[in-house]
Amino acid sequence: MRKFKEFIIEKLILFSGLASIFFVVLIFLFLLKEGLAVFKTVGFFDFLLGKKWYPISEPARLGILPLILGSLLVTLGAALISIPIGVGCAVYIAEVAPLKIKEILKAGIELLAAIPSVVLGFIGMVTLVPWVKHMFKIPTGLTALSGSIMLAFMAMPTIVSIAEDALYSVPKAYKEGALALGATHWQAIYRVIVPAASPGIMAAVMLGLGRVIGETMAVMMITGNAAVIPRSILEPVRTLTATIAAEMGEAVVGSEHYFALFAVGIVLFVISFAINVGADLFLHKENK
Amino acid sequence: MKMPKIITKNLNLWYGKFHALKDVNACFEDKRITAIIGPSGCGKSTLLRVFNRMNDLIEGVKMKGEVLISGANMLAKEADLVNLRKKVGMVFQRPNPFPLSIYENIVFGEKIHAEKIKKSRLEEIVEKSLDSVLLWNELKDRLNKSALSLSLEQRQRLCIARLIAVKPDILLMDEPCSALDPQSTQRIEELMRELKKNYTIIIVTHNMQQAARVSDDAGFMLLGELIEFGRTDGIFTTPQDKRTEDYITGRYG
Repeated sequence: MRKFKEFIIEKLILFSGLASIFFVVLIFLFLLKEGLAVFKTVGFFDFLLGKKWYPISEPARLGILPLILGSLLVTLGAALISIPIGVGCAVYIAEVAPLKIKEILKAGIELLAAIPSVVLGFIGMVTLVPWVKHMFKIPTGLTALSGSIMLAFMAMPTIVSIAEDALYSVPKAYKEGALALGATHWQAIYRVIVPAASPGIMAAVMLGLGRVIGETMAVMMITGNAAVIPRSILEPVRTLTATIAAEMGEAVVGSEHYFALFAVGIVLFVISFAINVGADLFLHKENK
Repeated sequence: MKMPKIITKNLNLWYGKFHALKDVNACFEDKRITAIIGPSGCGKSTLLRVFNRMNDLIEGVKMKGEVLISGANMLAKEADLVNLRKKVGMVFQRPNPFPLSIYENIVFGEKIHAEKIKKSRLEEIVEKSLDSVLLWNELKDRLNKSALSLSLEQRQRLCIARLIAVKPDILLMDEPCSALDPQSTQRIEELMRELKKNYTIIIVTHNMQQAARVSDDAGFMLLGELIEFGRTDGIFTTPQDKRTEDYITGRYG
């Protein structure tokens, strides 16, 4: 009887394990099947590098370069804001902050991670967007910059918590060694501790950016959603994610537009996958 | 008679409420190896870490008394810790080279202390320091390799070379051989005898044979007190205190 129980439990666990892989494969196959269909009517490079996205004009123009650039621009902006602040915050928490402040900060960061993205988007819409409009004296505050700032907030918790772990796991002997040679606390941090934690910090950055590039709701609400090639960060852009979210409901199932949106999904999947693999490589390097 | 390099006067240290060093009075002489021996937890590492103020990293440490290093009190409020640690280098129990290249490990001290850095000067420092720990011939062709690719003994030598590069007067060694095999230990001991020509060395060890082999002077500690202090020969052959004798003859410890 006991053996039978063991057997059942073992198989159940096996099933749960396989189920997750099974669903990933199914999703991937479905994405490929629906997405690749668009290339029957549009050339591969026309799709990736086409400068115009007019999916419902006649004939439809299905070039996603503006969307790719929109996503990259918003992500780049978010990276420029969140990486220095996030890594700086991690260094402060791991190395400088007194115990009490450390605990308060860590709780605060976790709270930031717990805010739903739609709420962040909403707050951005009523506070950040008018501020950007006013600051730069531009016709609309719905710009790539607004999206970047908002997304920087969303990337920060990931970057801070993973980078802080990486810094914390640097052997204390390195710090002692540096101080014993007469280094100041700051010299020990930037010459020894941060370099020693750099694989983990890189992984933290990659995972933070992975979150940014896949984020949909907040960017849709505050980047303006104009599918044109952006010339500056103070213009409205449309990201890959926002395009799918905004248009999928209206696209006729089986139409060219519908297939094109799936193809956008594939592009997004490839980018996210590449970022995750990159992060994994860095983390792996650290373990060696 | 030469002026002692380090003098402690009524040195007391507490970790929170725990009284870890009790009225330690000792003189450490220049260009000699002094061993501090005693059972685990007797405070010997703590005493060593007073000399370069490494205990300051631990929260709740309190010190009283005086530690005169080359005549200046290092427990004074105005003591300059950065300069102190430049003058008083420390070798740790587990070799702790930085996860950087061999070259970068050695020039680390110069880079943090020098105002201007000349490349030719750095190269000179690397050669001299590695030479003084007898590693130059072994490593001169792989200076850009990671220091973590070295054997444990090489790492410990590298750590000593890294110290020598900052030109200290005093070398503190906290069980420098406890992670090494007997052959490596023997070679590090030879190196210590070589180094004492130029440096004052204080070594903490719970290996009594090692203390007997390498040291000129020795101190025996028990429960935070310095029980006996004097020439190594004297301590090991004719200990004055019953407790020292019991420890040395292996009755406890």
